[in-house]
Amino acid sequence: MNGLRRIAISLIVVMGSSLAAAQQPARLTGKVSIDGSSTVAPIMKATAELFRAEQPQVKVSVGISGTTGGFKKFLEADAALRTDISAASRPITAEETRMASERGIRFVELPVAYDGLAVVVNKKNDFCKSLTLAELKRIWEPESKIRNWKDVRPGFPDMPLRLYGPGTASGTFDYFTEVVVGKARASRSDYTGSEDDNVIATGVEGDIGAMGYLGYSYFALGAAKLNAVAIDPGDGKPVAPDRTTISDRTYRPLARPLFVYVNVESLKRAEVEALVTFFYRNAKKIVEHPKVNYVVLEEDVYAAATRRLADRTLGSLFADHAALQAPLRQTYVKREND
Amino acid sequence: MSAAPALFQPRLAQRRLLGACFHGLCLLITLVGVFVLFLLLALVFRIGWKYLTWALLTNEPSFLNPAEGGIRIALIGSVLLVLVAAVVAVPVGVGAAVYLEEYARKTRLNQLIQLNIANLAGVPSIVYGMLGLAIFVRWLRFDRSVLSGGLTLAILIVPVVIIASREALAAVPNSIRHAALALGATRWQMIRHHVLPAALPGILTGVILSVSRAIGEAAPLIVIGAAAFIMPGGGVDTASLFGWARWLREALLAAGFTALPIQIFDWSMETDPEFQDLAGSAIIVLLGTLLSMNALAVGIRAWQQGGKTR
Repeated sequence: MNGLRRIAISLIVVMGSSLAAAQQPARLTGKVSIDGSSTVAPIMKATAELFRAEQPQVKVSVGISGTTGGFKKFLEADAALRTDISAASRPITAEETRMASERGIRFVELPVAYDGLAVVVNKKNDFCKSLTLAELKRIWEPESKIRNWKDVRPGFPDMPLRLYGPGTASGTFDYFTEVVVGKARASRSDYTGSEDDNVIATGVEGDIGAMGYLGYSYFALGAAKLNAVAIDPGDGKPVAPDRTTISDRTYRPLARPLFVYVNVESLKRAEVEALVTFFYRNAKKIVEHPKVNYVVLEEDVYAAATRRLADRTLGSLFADHAALQAPLRQTYVKREND
Repeated sequence: MSAAPALFQPRLAQRRLLGACFHGLCLLITLVGVFVLFLLLALVFRIGWKYLTWALLTNEPSFLNPAEGGIRIALIGSVLLVLVAAVVAVPVGVGAAVYLEEYARKTRLNQLIQLNIANLAGVPSIVYGMLGLAIFVRWLRFDRSVLSGGLTLAILIVPVVIIASREALAAVPNSIRHAALALGATRWQMIRHHVLPAALPGILTGVILSVSRAIGEAAPLIVIGAAAFIMPGGGVDTASLFGWARWLREALLAAGFTALPIQIFDWSMETDPEFQDLAGSAIIVLLGTLLSMNALAVGIRAWQQGGKTR
């Protein structure tokens, strides 16, 4: 069995490398440094691993310092210490952009996939099928006094409400607080927090009165054991998260695009450019890999991103945060047609 | 005069009972410690047994096929880190201990230095990480390399090496020093030929214990900027010494490294249960390395002492 598998694997590798040789005759060396969001890390790890079959001489390191920590390393004062690629679960902030221009760092901003947040409750919870954004805000805002389901909405049963969520170092925490509470990093603190989505999932699984929020991909992995709550953004039409509603952005506002930021100076090195273009050539395969499990962007958005990379189109398209709420297709494709 | 002072009551039975109770309590506490250790080992072995193969040691990590993944990169990283740390920390630590124990007079300054060293040994390791980031990564521009990490671990363990070595030196009887000096040896000859050899087992024990501490550290390396996941580039040109040298230079100086504790941390954070099993296997390797280093320390000590007394 094992022998057969070995042969199969080596066949695939041989085929893969001959394919690679056809596309990219140059055997590249050097190294690519990536750091940033733990949410984007699975995409980066998968890209690095698959890229190895094509360019085995290139060293790729993936650090997980969080989006903000990643930008700190991307924008180091000392050019020699800067990472080549910063993986981010939110667009670069005005402050970070200012620092980049002060230090003369030019970058290309590229979307890589969609990530959805899921608000989850216990599988046995049969009353909470949907929540409005306002209700979520009342539960999660700082100093919130809601400790029982009956205080969430009249008609919900008298049952203690216990909360689970990501720890404060997580990009998911930043994102949820910003769109739900209205202020990034403003949250009640009396909940069970963990950087590990697995801990949140297990907590909600074992507690009928629990509610939590975590990445959609984690929810999708453990889908049998949790219920996702449909979110009503305020128009009376609650939408549950799934691959379709996330990519057409009707599941609002808890779905977001993920980005990588590539230093233009680094792009002059063939191995950096090869890695980024490798991702875009294999985006669907990487993003939908069962171990990664995010939602792929639309074909034409990937095509637009590839063109931005080729043209070295500088700067961020999300300087105003309203752009984040619009479908990416509108932001990327329409802009090109205008 | 009438009420005679109470005679001494031996109450032997009661005192013996109390003694037995204390004995039992001490035994119980010891057993709790041992039990927890065994529980930990049993749990780790149960989880990690599955992937404890030769391939685990020789393969690169794999995010997409955990079953094919290994700890080669992290293991090499850990070994190099500890080597750098030991090469720097041992001469500095033993040298400082020799100075403080054999040369230093009891001045204010020396007392202050000694107090500081004792305090440094208790500083949380993450603080050393920040120091390393500022000095080695940023100021000396060693980048986020094994060299930066190893030097940071070196300053982390230097206080421990100094304290252990001082204790070993202090345990050498003064009569040996006096005898050497009386026969006309200089201070240096006395230290070189008599004090250091006599203190060697104690010094080695201290060194190995502190190196064992260094190999298990993750926090300072994370601050330095160790990466969680690395796909290595070119391999080693095993045919020539030059190839090996180039590989070593690259491994020490190039940015981007990882180590066993960080690999374990990264795997244990994954949701997929296969990664948890892998983390268990990596923990066994780390524990095995640690235990064999400690065994080495015990062995050296026993061998040295056995050879000397008889």
